[in-house]
Amino acid sequence: MFSQEFMRNALLAGTFIALACGVSGWFVVLRGQVFAGDALSHVAFPGALAAAAAGVDERVGLFGATIAVGAGIGLLRQRSFAGGRGTAGGAPAGDTAIGAVFTFVLGLGVFFLTLFSTSSGGGSGIQTAHTLFGSIFGLGSSEARLAAVIGLGAVLLTLAIARPLLFASVSPDVAGARGVPTRLLGIAFIALLGVVAAEATQAVGALLLLGLLAAPAAAAHRLVSNPYAGIALGGLLAVVAMWGGLMLSYAVPGLPPSTATVTIAVGMYYASTIVV
Amino acid sequence: MGTDPHLTWNLARDVSEVLEYHFMVNALLAGSVVAVMAGLLGWLMVLRRETFAGHTLSMMAFPGAAGAALIGVAATWGYFVFCVAGGLVIGRFSGGRGRSWSEQSAVIGSVQALALGLGFLFVSLYGGVLGDLDNLLFGTFIGISNGQVLVLVGVAVVAVTALAALGRPLLFASIDADVASARGVPVRALGIVFLVLLGLAVAATSQITGVLLVFALLLMPAASAQAITARPWMSLALTVAIGLVVVWLGLGIAYFSAYPAGFFVTSISFAIYVGVQVTVWARSRARMGIQTSEQPPAEGVIA
Repeated sequence: MFSQEFMRNALLAGTFIALACGVSGWFVVLRGQVFAGDALSHVAFPGALAAAAAGVDERVGLFGATIAVGAGIGLLRQRSFAGGRGTAGGAPAGDTAIGAVFTFVLGLGVFFLTLFSTSSGGGSGIQTAHTLFGSIFGLGSSEARLAAVIGLGAVLLTLAIARPLLFASVSPDVAGARGVPTRLLGIAFIALLGVVAAEATQAVGALLLLGLLAAPAAAAHRLVSNPYAGIALGGLLAVVAMWGGLMLSYAVPGLPPSTATVTIAVGMYYASTIVV
Repeated sequence: MGTDPHLTWNLARDVSEVLEYHFMVNALLAGSVVAVMAGLLGWLMVLRRETFAGHTLSMMAFPGAAGAALIGVAATWGYFVFCVAGGLVIGRFSGGRGRSWSEQSAVIGSVQALALGLGFLFVSLYGGVLGDLDNLLFGTFIGISNGQVLVLVGVAVVAVTALAALGRPLLFASIDADVASARGVPVRALGIVFLVLLGLAVAATSQITGVLLVFALLLMPAASAQAITARPWMSLALTVAIGLVVVWLGLGIAYFSAYPAGFFVTSISFAIYVGVQVTVWARSRARMGIQTSEQPPAEGVIA
């Protein structure tokens, strides 16, 4: 299995993207921002299409769109929290704004899709768009190395701001009074999430991002209460799910790697609800 | 006429040209039915802060369409089955005591990831390319048959009747779950029934706007109306009115344009949403600046 080059590339990229998802996912779950992460993975697609329609490198549009929308969501969140926390179930009111914004960006995506497919002369735009969004088994070695570097960078950045971010997430008012820049941290974190979303979406697909962001971290939150142990466990569970998924789909023909990985990750969460 | 539609300065003529085509009449009928249904259920979705659940239900269309292709039935059936099943699963696993909001959103995300994974598995087992992927994602209004309009009307009648029957306890449970629960309202069961109804509305809406753009009719009109007025019946009526205007304008412009209807429907809806938010914000700013009003900022009780 390890003699196959595509498998080595998949394991390399997969390990670090899973680690980034698991570690940042712990904060995403803590802050109730799974929907924001999901929305970021959706705007990656129109961003890349807009860049393609404008004739610039897709990555510019990809990272530009996710980081810009991420920062926008961060700002909106500040406003909606300023007026007090939302109502039913404590859900933040910002979710409505997130839904409206990403739907509009997707609407623009349709526009660019039409523009793109007519300007490039034939050939469905959506087919072209699909080539922008790889599958984990289709990574080249340089792409895999880039994904690993970005994943590792995201993990290190998250750990670097972990302490103040934790304070700001658990007790925003007290943290603010103690001089922690809670606003800036919130925006920085979600912009960082935008980078993870952009890289994961184009390298391994948006599905893996969502599955690895939510489920392993939610299991970690259930299993341990110490924050640093939780962050480590979230990262570990995500990597285990990724390795298990890759190996399972290598062994079982017809089983897509993303399906296997997500199923294992969600299985972990389900098991954690039974244990605790 | 017929070859290349273009706008003239005579609005009445343009409208009558649009209405001469059977497919446009069907599209407008289907769009109107969907706008009413999506408006009513979306209004409650916004009130209950279940936007993420609504989005996850819209994603159910992918495994639905893929599963339908796999067993060889029409994609529409797959949509409805998976959207309703998705409502049941989310309702069953995300609610309940002992789960914080942040964990609920993780559960909803996990359900969505699992459903999409199932969709990829179906595509892989199917072995072929899913037809009409563009239409699935971004919608089409060309070629809606009389039968499809009838199905949409049927689904809408079922959903709206159920909503009317459950309206009062559902509203109570949505505004203050704890008090409602103490008064003996079955909050949890109502929540599950609501998500199933929302699944029906999402599946119906995605037939017009496409899976990715359902919020143009489900979320934005309701969010706009709730920001304008806090009175429930007023904002409910306003939601439906905004939805109808958005659909009619969007389909009308799309008829005369080279770009897809989804783009126009979404853009018009978003423009209304942003306009309302900015107006409300500016007015509350102005009021706070003058400091004569004793009222709190113009954020309604339910907005």
